[in-house]
Amino acid sequence: MSAVGTYFYSIFHSLYTVVVGMRITIKHLFTCSATVQYPTVKMKIPERARNRLYVNIDDCIGCDQCSMACPVDCITIDTIKSTPDVDLGLTSKNTKKRLYIPRFDIDIAKCCYCGLCVWPCPTDCIVMTDVYEFSEFDRKNLIYSFSNMTAEEITDAKERLKKYDEEQTAKKAAIAAAAAAKGAALTTQPPPKPESPVS
Amino acid sequence: MEFIQTIFANELVVSILLSLLPLIFIIVYALVVLYTEMKVAAHIQDRVAYMRTGWHGLLQPIADMLKLLQKEDIIPDKADKLLFRLAPIIAFVGTYAAYAVLPFSSIYIGSNINLGAFFLVAVGSLVVVGILMAGWASNNKWSLFGGVRSAAQMISYEIPTAIAIIIVVMITGSLNLQDVTKFQDGGIGNWVVFGGPLPWLQKLMLMPFTIITFFILFVSSIAEVNRTPFDLPEAESELVQGFNTEYSGMRFAMFYLSEYANLFTVSAVGVALFLGGWSSPFGSFMSGPVWGIFWFVAKAYIFVLIQIWVRWTLPRLRVDQLMYVSWKVLTPWLFACLLSVGLILVL
Repeated sequence: MSAVGTYFYSIFHSLYTVVVGMRITIKHLFTCSATVQYPTVKMKIPERARNRLYVNIDDCIGCDQCSMACPVDCITIDTIKSTPDVDLGLTSKNTKKRLYIPRFDIDIAKCCYCGLCVWPCPTDCIVMTDVYEFSEFDRKNLIYSFSNMTAEEITDAKERLKKYDEEQTAKKAAIAAAAAAKGAALTTQPPPKPESPVS
Repeated sequence: MEFIQTIFANELVVSILLSLLPLIFIIVYALVVLYTEMKVAAHIQDRVAYMRTGWHGLLQPIADMLKLLQKEDIIPDKADKLLFRLAPIIAFVGTYAAYAVLPFSSIYIGSNINLGAFFLVAVGSLVVVGILMAGWASNNKWSLFGGVRSAAQMISYEIPTAIAIIIVVMITGSLNLQDVTKFQDGGIGNWVVFGGPLPWLQKLMLMPFTIITFFILFVSSIAEVNRTPFDLPEAESELVQGFNTEYSGMRFAMFYLSEYANLFTVSAVGVALFLGGWSSPFGSFMSGPVWGIFWFVAKAYIFVLIQIWVRWTLPRLRVDQLMYVSWKVLTPWLFACLLSVGLILVL
C-alpha cells in the first residue's frame, strides 16, 4: 500500500475499531451485572462444601479419633471415665456412651477445613456445616467449646471416678489378700484374674 | 438577573452572586458526574459499583467529597512549596474562568464579551500552566513526566480545537457564544453541525465539513481534558497519578474538581458551538430561559456521557500516537475543512 493509502486506511481502521469497541461496551452497559450483593444476597454454596465444624456433643463417645486425624491438631478432647452406676445414654447409632467429655475444643483459627476429622467419627457427630461467616476481633473467640458439662458436673464426675477407683483398688487389694491367704493354703492355685476396671 | 438586582440593589453583590452561580453548579454537577462515571464504568464491566450508601449508592459522591475534605494535606519535604500550593488554584481558576463565557441560558451568561470563544481558548491554556506547575513543584519524576506530557498534549490539541472554533466562527460570524447560540436558535435543523440556518444548497455543502469538524472538536476536547484514550498526563499504570501523584486532600480535590469542571466546559463548548446551546431542538416548543438551562445542561451531559463511554472502552494511546493523531490527522483535516467551509461561504 502506498503511504497515502496507509494514511487513509489507518484513519478508517482506527475509527472502525473504535466503533466496534464502543458497540461491545454499550452492549455490556445494558446487560445484567454479574455482581452478587454479598451480605444481602448469598450464593448457594456446594452441597459438600467444607466450612465451619460442628460437633453434636450428645452423640460423641469421646473416642478421640477426630483429634488424631487432624493434621493441624486443632481438636482437643478430654475425657473422664464414667462409673458403672451412671448411664450416659445411647448415641443415635445405639452405641453406649461410657465417657464424660468435659472438654471438646476446636480451634477454628487453626482448622484447615480438610474434613479429615469427619470421616473417622464412628457416630458421625463431627460434621462440616455451611456456615462461613465467623470472623472475630479476638483470636481467642475462635476456639469453640462444644462440651456441655458444667464445672460442677466435671468435678462431680472426677470425684466419683476417684471414689470408684479407690473402691476398686480396695476391692482388688481385698481379693489379692484373700487370694494370698488362699494361696498360702493351696500353693498350687494360680492367682485369680484381676477384674478390669470399667472400660 | 433583574430579579436579583431588585432584591439586593447593589451591583457588586449581584455580580459576586452571579459569578458564584457556576461554582455551585460545578460542585453539584461534579457530584452527579462522579456518580454517573462510576456507575457507567461499573456497568460496562458488568459490575454494579457502590450500592450501600443510600439508594444504589446515591450518597457515595458526597461521602467521597467529605472524605477528601478531611484528609491530611501533605506537602512533600523537597517540593517547591509555593508552586505546589499555587498549582491547583491556577488549574481551577483556568477552568472556572471558562464558565464566564458559557451561555447557560438566553438570560444568563457570566460575561457577555465579544471574544467569548477566543477567551475560552486563552484561559484553557491556564490549566496547562497549573498542571505543569504541579508536575514541576512536586519534585517527583512521575509528576514531572505527567506535567511535561500534559503540556505537550494540551498545546498540541489546542490547535485543532482553535481551528474548529474558527470554522464555527466563520459560519456564524461571531465570537460571542451567546450570539453563536442565537444564530442556531429555532430547531435541530439550524444547528451548526447540520450546516446552520443557511440557504439549503449552502447548508448541504457545509454539512459534511461541519460534521467532521464537530467530530474532531470532540476528539480534541477529550484530549484537552486528559481523559482516557488521551490520559497520558495521569496514566495510572505508568505514572502512578501523573502530575497529581503527590497531591492529597483538599488540593487533590481541587484538581479533581477542575478536571470534572473542564469536562463540562469542553462539552458545553461543543454544545454551544455546534448543537445549538440552550436552544430547544424542537424550535419554539419547550424553549425559554429556564428550558434553556435545561437544554444546555442536558446536551452537555449527553456529551459527558459519551466521553465516559469512550473512556471505559478505549485503551490509552502511546505518546507518539498521540502526537500523530493531533498533528498528522486532526490538524490537516481541519485545515481542509477550514478551506472548504471558507470557499462555500464565499460562493
